[in-house]
Amino acid sequence: MAGPVLEMRSIVKTFPGVKALSDVTLTVRQGEVHAICGENGAGKSTLMKVVSGVHPHGSYEGEILFESTPCRFKDIRASEQQGIVIIHQELALVPYLSLAENIFLGNEHARRGLIDWNETLRHASELLRRVGLREHPETRVADIGVGKQQLVEIAKALSKRVKLLILDEPTAALNDEDSGKLLDLILQLKDQGITSIIISHKLNEIRRVADSVTILRDGRTIETLDVKAAGTTEDRIISGMVGRDLEHRFPERTEHHPQAGAAPALEIRNWTVHHPIDQQRKVVDDVSLEVRRGEIVGIAGLMGAGRTELAMSVFGRSYGRYAGGTVLRDGREVRTRSVPEAVGHGIAYVTEDRKHYGLNLIDTINRNVSLSALGKVARRGVVDEHEERRVAEGYRTSMNIKAPTVFEPVGRLSGGNQQKVVLSKWLFAGPEVLILDEPTRGIDVGAKYEIYTVIDRLAAEGKAVVFISSELPELLGMCDRVYTMAAGRLTGEFSRAEATQEALMRQMTKDKEVTG
Amino acid sequence: MSTDVTAKSPAPAPPGRDGPEAGGGLLRLMLDGLRRNMRQYGMLIALGLIVVLFAAWSGGDLLLPRNVSNLVLQNSYVLLLAIGMMLVIIAGHIDLSVGSLTAFVGAMSAVLMVDHDVAWPLAVVLCLALGALAGSVQGFFVAYLGIPSFIVTLAGMLLFRGLTEIVLKGQTLGPLPRDLQKIANGFLPEVGPNTNYHNLTLLLGFALIAFVVHQEVRDRRRQREFALDVAPARLFALKLVALVSAVLVVTLLLASYKGAPIVLLILGVLVVGFGYVMRNAVIGRHIYAIGGNLPAAKLSGVKDRKVTFLVFLNMGMLAALAGLVYAARFNAASPKAGLGFELEAIAASFIGGASMSGGVGTVLGAIIGGLVLGVLNNGMNLVGIGTDWQQVIKGLVLLAAVGFDVWNKRRVGS
Repeated sequence: MAGPVLEMRSIVKTFPGVKALSDVTLTVRQGEVHAICGENGAGKSTLMKVVSGVHPHGSYEGEILFESTPCRFKDIRASEQQGIVIIHQELALVPYLSLAENIFLGNEHARRGLIDWNETLRHASELLRRVGLREHPETRVADIGVGKQQLVEIAKALSKRVKLLILDEPTAALNDEDSGKLLDLILQLKDQGITSIIISHKLNEIRRVADSVTILRDGRTIETLDVKAAGTTEDRIISGMVGRDLEHRFPERTEHHPQAGAAPALEIRNWTVHHPIDQQRKVVDDVSLEVRRGEIVGIAGLMGAGRTELAMSVFGRSYGRYAGGTVLRDGREVRTRSVPEAVGHGIAYVTEDRKHYGLNLIDTINRNVSLSALGKVARRGVVDEHEERRVAEGYRTSMNIKAPTVFEPVGRLSGGNQQKVVLSKWLFAGPEVLILDEPTRGIDVGAKYEIYTVIDRLAAEGKAVVFISSELPELLGMCDRVYTMAAGRLTGEFSRAEATQEALMRQMTKDKEVTG
Repeated sequence: MSTDVTAKSPAPAPPGRDGPEAGGGLLRLMLDGLRRNMRQYGMLIALGLIVVLFAAWSGGDLLLPRNVSNLVLQNSYVLLLAIGMMLVIIAGHIDLSVGSLTAFVGAMSAVLMVDHDVAWPLAVVLCLALGALAGSVQGFFVAYLGIPSFIVTLAGMLLFRGLTEIVLKGQTLGPLPRDLQKIANGFLPEVGPNTNYHNLTLLLGFALIAFVVHQEVRDRRRQREFALDVAPARLFALKLVALVSAVLVVTLLLASYKGAPIVLLILGVLVVGFGYVMRNAVIGRHIYAIGGNLPAAKLSGVKDRKVTFLVFLNMGMLAALAGLVYAARFNAASPKAGLGFELEAIAASFIGGASMSGGVGTVLGAIIGGLVLGVLNNGMNLVGIGTDWQQVIKGLVLLAAVGFDVWNKRRVGS
């Protein structure tokens, strides 16, 4: 086995009031793919910011050795000069510049301040070929998909002669196909001698690409495992992350009693939506579905299948251009032409993108929780702050939101806790029908379990739940029924007994020609 | 008003413990509270320092009762604008048209009252309606047509300035009715026995003190009731003493001259009213929400267009009020009235803690920011600094205030 390329010893990093890393030791061997996993708030991202110089030398304690020499990076540039490149979860590309311009941004091929376009384009095409991206280097970043943008980031890293590539949840925003390509690329780079560190929540990914995995919990290294070793199972990793044996990833099912006789709580008939800009394109095409009280109904689909678009257009026509269809609540047709109307009819939509569409990050927990139903804590247009505070405290306790008080700005919470705030906000609105769009995206295993428990409880209370997810095990574990969508159409419906990953995937990958 | 910020972490020292280090403990409590609330108190302290600096530099002239009175009158219109501007900025927009709108409404008021002999109360109502109309037209373009506010109000700035000159034909128009002048320049009436002080002002001051104390105590008691952490008793007492003495000093200063200016009363009512709305009313919450994260607010069912529209309507109305006060104070409408007021109001908002990206700020902050600028203007005039250097210094203060804010946020944030 090759020697270590990176060694981090007893790293301690403190923020005002919080100890983010309290004793982390990490050894990454030359030429391996090293996974780091841990619950949100375990310190993964902080650790990587320490390695890459985002947190400069002196702001932490401990020792870092890169290629056996001690490192004292004062900023990202310093670490990049040594060949350490970090790709953050949120991509850092300029949408209106070309691929080539983005790849060499800050690092231009230039002479006396003038860009050498020939060399730029030649080198860019070479790098794009290396990452397997068949796009012209003069294409604008805005015109390619997220999956391809991720590859551009890697090309950018390669242009800096990267030795150690750090990827922070690289597949979080990608669909399965793009994720697969990206993981293959990481393996290819490994063959070329590039060491990678990959932060990931997805255990199957770790199993697929990683050689070893280091588990962090509460700012400490728990253990480093050899992924290929026999004893390293997913359950083993999970129990290391949460610090307890996790027998079941899903809560014990409460027996749901969908009331068969009564009219469905939510029924959507022949719903069709056109793309907001390209109005010829049907994003949602003649979809009809129903959800009963006490029922959890899943919607499975790949990226671009139209799940979010369906949900958002039903929820007050928040997406696209309405082109037909009706919504029925308890058998009666209702108007949901605006968000207040939809909320008024007892429908809630919990977005998949909590940072952009779910929360006001600069505002506090209590104000975020009350926003969708301020009327409930207000009298004659005046908010009763004490009552609001009590409500928020209630959710902080019942949802187990980890924050010192409800006056904490939501932006400072971890992803899982932010998601709990979004859920609290919509629970407070008191809906009868909840549409949950990827409610567990980007959050750790422990928090996922807590959210599953909440969803289960809601169904037991007689609410109708629509559960949109890209993770098939989650849908199989939670739902009474699952619909599949592909290219804007409903392509299948499965009962709990019929649904298997394979069966769902078959319908999710169905093309229009096959169904139409 | 509330002490909820102090509830953020457990009290650093046990309250109410007496002993040799009690004095040091109180100091530590103060410093600690200060450190955690830099944002709120930083500018207030800066204002205090500026006042002390110029009071000393001008040999006490700054704090002469007559000058304090003057200071209020001089700055009233910019403060009126700053209140509205703060709301606009919190909502994530900007309004460049308010200086021109101030001039335009002033001009219209003069035309109504001087050229057409309209009774002044009716003229005031018509002018406020005109301001609301102007604001709502701009609000319509911003909220319902989605044109960026910078562009809409830049157009408004040119348009209203041009209309002002057209209406006034480039001339100054006056004089205005005496009763209207009184509102902008006058003081509360003299009542009761001769006490060497202005009785009504004293009475108002004492009422204000009673109100403040009552509010603070009630707030504290309610926090207790809800079993929430409250500030340590000593800190609370200190805060009360500071609040009461500040109000008392201003009251006595004003009462030993001609009393409280009427504009001050109008301003006070507006500050309390808007402060209350922004803090406690549903619409206030919605303004913060759309500025903080518009898509999230929309998906939460906030009627973002209506709220934006109303914010601009309100700004127009406040600009109209400022225009009336300005015209009345100078007893004439002039085509050059309100030049640069929009920038003063915007500067006041940012000095007072607003954020360029919206969602942050308080009405009280805008007033503090406006007073910082006002005291600087007045103080520099008193010590004889020319207008050239005044602008340089004001520019530096704006930069320093916002720079401090950004630095402080980064220090606490990351």
